[in-house]
Amino acid sequence: MSVYDYDVIVVGAGPAGTTAARYAAAGGAKVLVLEKDRDVGYPVRCGEAVSHEGVAQFIAPDPKWIASTVTKFRLVAPNGSSVLPKLDGGGYVLERRIFDYELAKLAANAGAEVITKAYVYDLLRENGTVTGVRALIKDQKRDIRAKIIIAADGVESRVGKWAGMDTTCHIRDMESCAQMTLSGIDVEEDVLDFYFGDNVSPGGYLWVFPKGKDTANVGLGLSVDQAKKKSAIRYLHEFVERKYPKAAMLTHIAGGVPCAKTNPEIVKGNVILVGDAAHQVNPVSGGGIISGMIGGMIGGQVAAEAVQSGDMKHLREYDKRWHKRLGWRHDIFYNIRNAIGGFDDRTYNNICDSALKLPVEKRTLGGIFRAALWNQPSMILDVAKVFVA
Amino acid sequence: MPQPHLMIHIVPGKCDYCGCCVGVCPEDAIELMESKIAIIEERCTNCRKCVWACPWEVIEFHKEGVAGMPVHTPQILNEPVEFK
Repeated sequence: MSVYDYDVIVVGAGPAGTTAARYAAAGGAKVLVLEKDRDVGYPVRCGEAVSHEGVAQFIAPDPKWIASTVTKFRLVAPNGSSVLPKLDGGGYVLERRIFDYELAKLAANAGAEVITKAYVYDLLRENGTVTGVRALIKDQKRDIRAKIIIAADGVESRVGKWAGMDTTCHIRDMESCAQMTLSGIDVEEDVLDFYFGDNVSPGGYLWVFPKGKDTANVGLGLSVDQAKKKSAIRYLHEFVERKYPKAAMLTHIAGGVPCAKTNPEIVKGNVILVGDAAHQVNPVSGGGIISGMIGGMIGGQVAAEAVQSGDMKHLREYDKRWHKRLGWRHDIFYNIRNAIGGFDDRTYNNICDSALKLPVEKRTLGGIFRAALWNQPSMILDVAKVFVA
Repeated sequence: MPQPHLMIHIVPGKCDYCGCCVGVCPEDAIELMESKIAIIEERCTNCRKCVWACPWEVIEFHKEGVAGMPVHTPQILNEPVEFK
């Protein structure tokens, strides 16, 4: 008979991990979160934009982690023309280093323990069953036993692989990203900017997300298939030199975003994957904060239920609930992503032109989508599924 | 099957430890800690996906092999860890 140190170990203290910990602890489980870095929430590897609706279901919006409140977004076509629709429901550009702390505090308040500088390098096994993790905690090796492992270890996830799930992201789906936080620049505080075209990010997009009136996250992502020819950092440097040559560079980061369908397996035995590790990212936008938190919430709830009932087969419920809640949409978005990935400069210019012909009140994301459909009829079926189902 | 002749080189001091390379590695052949990174030589097949994925061009491919090149972290952990 095994003696367990914890019911649930969560590997990774990003938004998905701490949300999983929060809901698992709230459901009565004894939870430990292990974070490999020194800090929760740092370094930030993220554009930091979220919708109000998405974030407010987990935490009340608080000025201390909101860098900018946004009400509009601007789509800039390769020829420089642009449309500026309203952002339904509004959104925020976060201060992730503070936001992630607050999410970790919510987990702590629910009863979860958190340790940083705790690197998980292997799984513990007995008779073929995973019984915990092997970790290097502040350079000391420690084996910690738990009934359930929740892998929230991000794009670089390896825990799932050790448990027998193939989490390798295909290079066509991986977005290779680079971002700078620039200051001393002129930005509109309430507008999210998106630039498209072969010059800025072929098949992807470049973002300028305001953080106050003179600072912004300026970054881009492009499929590794494209990055093979020219890397993300080169595109970013070229854009910044053209557009913000005098800017102060406050941060400079690299990153990877798995813009794929949900990983085929997100539960195996008593190991479950949440967040980027499970490829729970919106494949069109590359946004993964809210969807990762939703995955984390469902994973944490199901884990707590399994602990209560003692039946680990119940963990399979996680896969079902995730796909019912969001996974099915991501499957459709993935098809849309593939269509958009094939757009050339002319297509983007045409979309922008058709959107500008719309009356101002119809320049919503839906309106622009409809205008875009005239250019790409094969998308109609996929988009219809999103809105009809 | 891993090749005996490693051709992938992570340039020391340039890495941002973002994990993009780990995400595309089909062999689980990259060890990434807070600010340490290393290729697990016995697993690497020199497929180059990490080279293409790296947003910062930190990972290089040398078809003549990387023997003798300065490595970022020779031994990722203080004492040897048995890899599966």
